[in-house]
Amino acid sequence: MKRMRVAGVIVAGLLMAGSQVVMASGDGTDFAPVTNAKYAKECSACHMAYQPGLLPERSWRKLMASLHDHFGDNAEISVADQQELTDYLVNNSAERAKYKRSAQMAHSIAKKETPVQITKVPFFIREHREVANKERGNDKLKSLSQCEQCHQKANDGSYAESEINIPGAGRWGD
Amino acid sequence: MKSRFGKVVVVALFMALAGQVQAGVVDTLQQEYKAAGAGHFSAAKGEQMWIEKHKDADSGKEFSCQTCHTADLKKPGKHEKTGKVIDPLAPSVNKERLTDIKFINKWFLRNCKQVLGRECTPQEKGDFLEYLKGQ
Repeated sequence: MKRMRVAGVIVAGLLMAGSQVVMASGDGTDFAPVTNAKYAKECSACHMAYQPGLLPERSWRKLMASLHDHFGDNAEISVADQQELTDYLVNNSAERAKYKRSAQMAHSIAKKETPVQITKVPFFIREHREVANKERGNDKLKSLSQCEQCHQKANDGSYAESEINIPGAGRWGD
Repeated sequence: MKSRFGKVVVVALFMALAGQVQAGVVDTLQQEYKAAGAGHFSAAKGEQMWIEKHKDADSGKEFSCQTCHTADLKKPGKHEKTGKVIDPLAPSVNKERLTDIKFINKWFLRNCKQVLGRECTPQEKGDFLEYLKGQ
């Protein structure tokens, strides 16, 4: 009896995990939202807390091992916090997150490459090629690294075209 | 007799603890710095270091604490690269400031290395806090 109940729970869990994949492509969420409070607090002190599913495991490991020189800034944290946040990022990385966009990010990177900038991922570059050309002279859009500047729901992991509002240029596609 | 001594110890401990809480985070840290060899702390010295510019070896650009925190500590600052807003540092307008030891230690470590290219000494950290607590 007990064993059957356990099996039932496992099946239900699997079904839920399975349905998450389906939901992901239809509910407007492109990347699994950030769920770790420490990660959100520590990283958003300086920039948007990027969703772990934006980069593959090897990229997060490389990035988290060099926080003393984080794109020219010192972003050191305690050894314990560094370990905890690395684990969170790795467990939810692009190749592990059950989200279509994460898979596209992961698959677009050559096996020998380990980009530590989201803006250097081939899928990202492809998706932003048009805007990069069109807005070349836009001073308000110097870098594509501040997702939330244009993607109004970026902090929730949602990057739908209908939610884009470019500073100094307005809505995308209008 | 023995129990009265015990009571005195308990009362003394309680008073010491209450004093610690009242004294606050800045006093605790400054005591720590003195134990590590620092002397008298000066707000004027802290302010002087706060505005002093340092040349970044890689970019050749000059940085000071004001680069990100701006010249007015009562106003929000802005991260030099990411544009992220930094809450005002003056405790008079932001009561969260100078209340969290772990937070203070983290940012002293990062920002001293960032701007000065090295960790700050206990004396320097005490001077910075002396200046900042009066803002």
